Amino acid sequence: MITLNDFMLVSAMLFCLGLFIIVSKKNAIQILIGIELMLNAAILNLVAFGKYDRINNSGQMFALFAIVLAAATTAVALAIILNVYRRYKTINPDKINQLKD
Amino acid sequence: MSLIQVLFYLMSFVTLGSAVLVAVGKNLVRSIFMFFITLFGLAGLYVLALADFVAVTQIVIYVGGILVLILFAFMLSGKESLEAAGKQTNRFISLGNVPAFLLSGLFLVVLLNVVLKVDVNNLPWVKTAIHAHNVIGVNDTGINNIGINLMTRYLLPFEAISVLLMIALVGAAHLSRKEDSRV
Repeated sequence: MITLNDFMLVSAMLFCLGLFIIVSKKNAIQILIGIELMLNAAILNLVAFGKYDRINNSGQMFALFAIVLAAATTAVALAIILNVYRRYKTINPDKINQLKD
Repeated sequence: MSLIQVLFYLMSFVTLGSAVLVAVGKNLVRSIFMFFITLFGLAGLYVLALADFVAVTQIVIYVGGILVLILFAFMLSGKESLEAAGKQTNRFISLGNVPAFLLSGLFLVVLLNVVLKVDVNNLPWVKTAIHAHNVIGVNDTGINNIGINLMTRYLLPFEAISVLLMIALVGAAHLSRKEDSRV
C-alpha cells in the first residue's frame, strides 16, 4: 500500500532537484524550469494529502489553483525574459546588472 | 508487491530520473523535453493519489500551455543563449556546482529527516478522516464533488483567480510588445 510517506519522499527529492537547478544554472529559462519543478513538488504534496478530504476536496482544489497561478507566473516571467533578451542580447542572469538604461 | 506499488515506483522513477536529466543535461532543448517527461510522470503520480481531475489539468495546462510557452521563449531568444548553455560545465559535481550541490543536499537531508520523523500517517486529522470515512475511494467519481465545491465553497478564490489570470495575461502582452522608438 502506498502511504503518505512515499509521496512526501518523492516530493522532497523533486524539490531539492529544483533547488539545485535554480542555484547552479546559467540560463533564465532553465531557472524557470527549476521553479516549475519546485512548484510541482508542492502540488504533489497537496494532492497526496487531499485524499483524506473527500467532502471539501481542499487539497485538490488548492492544487488546481496552484497550477493556474503557475501558468500565470510563467507567462509573465517569459515575457520579462524576452524583454531582457531584447535589451541585453543574453539571458544569463549573471550578466544582467542593471534595471534601467 | 501489488500492482499499484509497482506502478508507484515506476512513476516516481520516471519522474525523478527525468528531473535528474533536466539538471545534468547539456542541450537546453533536450532538457526542456525531459521536463515534459517529468510532468507526465507527475500526472501519473496524481492519478495514483486518486486525483484524476488534477492529473488532467496538469496535462492540459502544463504540457499544453507552459511547455509550449517555454519552447517559444527559448526559440525566440536566439543563438547566444544556446551557446551560453553549452559553455557551462555540466558535470553534476564540478567545482562551480559545489555550493549548489551542498545547498540542495543539505536541504534534502533536512526534508528527509522531517518526513521520516513526523509520521504523517498517524496525524490526528488524518485519523479522524479515516474514522469518519472521509477518504476518497478507488471507485469514487470525484469530479462531481469538485465541480460543486468550486461553485459553492471556493467561489471567491475562483473569481479572484480568474481576475488575476486576466491581469497577468494583459501584463504579459503589455510587457512583450514592441517598444516604440521614443523610449
